[in-house]
Amino acid sequence: MAVVTDEPKAGFRLGMLIYDTRYRSITIQIVVLILVMAGVAWLVDNLLRNLAVLGRGIDFSFLGNRSGYDINQTLVEYTNDSTHARATLVGLLNTLLVAFLGCVAATVVGVLAGVMRLSKNWVIARLMTVYVEVFRNIPLLLWILIIFAVFTEALPAPNAFRGENPAASMVLFDTVAFTNRYTAIPWLIFDNSMGWLTLGPVYLNIDLVLIVTAVVGGVFANRAILRRAKRIQEATGERPTTWWQPILALFGPIIAVFLFLGTHVDAPTLQGFNFTGGLQVSNSLVALWLALTLYTAAFIAEIVRAGINAVSRGQSEAAFALGLRPGRTMSLVILPQALRVIIPPLISQYLNLTKNSSLAIAVGYMDLRGTLGGITLNQTGRGLEAMMLLMLIYLVISLIISGTMNIYNNSVRLKER
Amino acid sequence: MKQSVFLGTLAATALIAGGALAQGTSTLDTVKARGELNCGVNTGLVGFAAPDANGNWQGFDVAICKAVAAAVLGDASKVVYIPTTSSDRFEQLTSGKIDLLSRNTTWTFSRDTDLRIDFVGVNYYDGQGFMVRKDLGVSSAKELNGATICIQTGTTTELNLADYFKANNMAYTAVPIETNAEGEQQYLAGACDAYTTDASGLAATRAAFADPENHIILPEIVSKEPLGPSVRHGDNAWGDIVRWTLNALIAAEEYGITSTNIDELETSSQNPEVQRLLGTSGELGKMIGLEPNWAMNAIKAGGNYGEIFAATIGESTPIGLARGLNAQWTQGGLLYAPPFR
Repeated sequence: MAVVTDEPKAGFRLGMLIYDTRYRSITIQIVVLILVMAGVAWLVDNLLRNLAVLGRGIDFSFLGNRSGYDINQTLVEYTNDSTHARATLVGLLNTLLVAFLGCVAATVVGVLAGVMRLSKNWVIARLMTVYVEVFRNIPLLLWILIIFAVFTEALPAPNAFRGENPAASMVLFDTVAFTNRYTAIPWLIFDNSMGWLTLGPVYLNIDLVLIVTAVVGGVFANRAILRRAKRIQEATGERPTTWWQPILALFGPIIAVFLFLGTHVDAPTLQGFNFTGGLQVSNSLVALWLALTLYTAAFIAEIVRAGINAVSRGQSEAAFALGLRPGRTMSLVILPQALRVIIPPLISQYLNLTKNSSLAIAVGYMDLRGTLGGITLNQTGRGLEAMMLLMLIYLVISLIISGTMNIYNNSVRLKER
Repeated sequence: MKQSVFLGTLAATALIAGGALAQGTSTLDTVKARGELNCGVNTGLVGFAAPDANGNWQGFDVAICKAVAAAVLGDASKVVYIPTTSSDRFEQLTSGKIDLLSRNTTWTFSRDTDLRIDFVGVNYYDGQGFMVRKDLGVSSAKELNGATICIQTGTTTELNLADYFKANNMAYTAVPIETNAEGEQQYLAGACDAYTTDASGLAATRAAFADPENHIILPEIVSKEPLGPSVRHGDNAWGDIVRWTLNALIAAEEYGITSTNIDELETSSQNPEVQRLLGTSGELGKMIGLEPNWAMNAIKAGGNYGEIFAATIGESTPIGLARGLNAQWTQGGLLYAPPFR
């Protein structure tokens, strides 16, 4: 009887790291990793040592110093006595503002353009093709500059609104003025403003918190009412009369908050060099927002078109065969499947838009790049520190957007059981 | 343009990283070995530094570059002009990309100490002013409450502006711009009521307008802006060369040495100070590490300080600046070159 025995276990020899296929790949990976890390370490060490020779080590203490400069658009309280860290926060909020507005508008325009490009109407489909090709094939910076230049050159200066026979006049019952610096629009003034709530480094506008709470509360109340109506309908077959309840739930709290805050509308008036009162939406913000929106929407349109085309024709035919109307076919059958294809590249577009907003300095919009990476950097001379901080902040913003969108992506992806 | 600043900063950072070898050798040796002087100038400010119709750089700040090149290399044309913006100029200098920064830069404490650069002197005593359109009906900067003001970012003017409006309890909206050309465009389009920068810069900018008579420079000067050339901190020998080249130009005017009579004075002058300056007696050249005729070359490059001023920004030029504070101390100005001995 033959006895099959295992080969005697040979001890581990150093040569096996190279000649034994079980270890070789690991060996190579470790060697490459060490080389890469050594390379990075060499660069960093070289930088630090040379900075030390120049007498300039890495030092972030400048963030606590007085900034000394003014910013033309501040979402939170800021004066030139505030610190550089505060200026950075102002810039960050400006970046987030334009990125948020841009993402929302680009999604709306992009989805519309993408769907219209698939239209059976020849003119609409071709027009959208022209839009997409023109906007995505010309550099974004040029779009920002050209839109800003159009605003600056074509619109009248605030001066033109003055005098007996002004060269320019306000529109919409004398409440809105388009100037070559900003658009002055009426805005809400709260007589009983609650001011700011300060929690350490976090500042909250209590008015805004109240309004947001009212809106969100209204939406949830509305949902609850509709759910209850549906439950009663399913149980009893009779739907209760609910038309007035959602209206009350949605608008009641907001109106109550506005009344509580003593809200009235303040229209802009020309005083001295500029309009005062109301809200002045700077042209740099509008130009940047418009350019980012139109540019990114062109890419989103293509993504949407690809997503819809990816759903096989049999799906819509089957839906029609079941008697679903075209609208419901789109919302119940096509779109849920198309979203699976659309969401991942859409995330990239949101990230692109956010990062592209750093071109804001071209039109003097004081975003993060303009404050921390611009004036703060120049006034303190801390180039390396400011740039590293800037990179870190953009990285964190992008990771947050991408993380949030991935959660949404998981909720719409195909669930296989 | 904007991106270039960003990239410039990164490039400068990379240069700092890669500049380990450059630390050992002196700037003078580097310049001599290269045979050319890398001089950082404005991206374009007529009268101070701007290329003419033939693409040759001309101007008041450019003349300093030429004088230093003539003193060090014996040839005023051996200059590579590197345009710098207000925000990347110091990085360019500290990273070693330029040997000398001659770009209407204000000498301040923090720049001299914290930014690790050395100002070698003052070639123009300036102050920050405001320019407005005549039809605005403004005659004083104190009437600018609520105005929109164009301002170059990364300059001392930005901080002065904030201080001035705060001290006078006035409000303003800043329109940040990167270069003088952009500022001009925004100002002319009416996107800002006033344009603020150094008074000399305003005069130069206004001279380039199609209708200079319709713009006025307000009388208020809101800050001290001593403008001067600067070098990297730490290379004192090179700093001395630039400092004394500038002093030579100023002293030459004081002693009446001009580009036309310099050859004659070299042989005929009996004034010992002139003889030492021109290298016919004494060993000043050897002490500073240059040829004996270094100062002569520097003066020949564009004339003495007065000649340079008159030719580039003086009252006979479109810029039309009076000497004012920039006259010799003997004429009631602030220019005062230490003795050459």
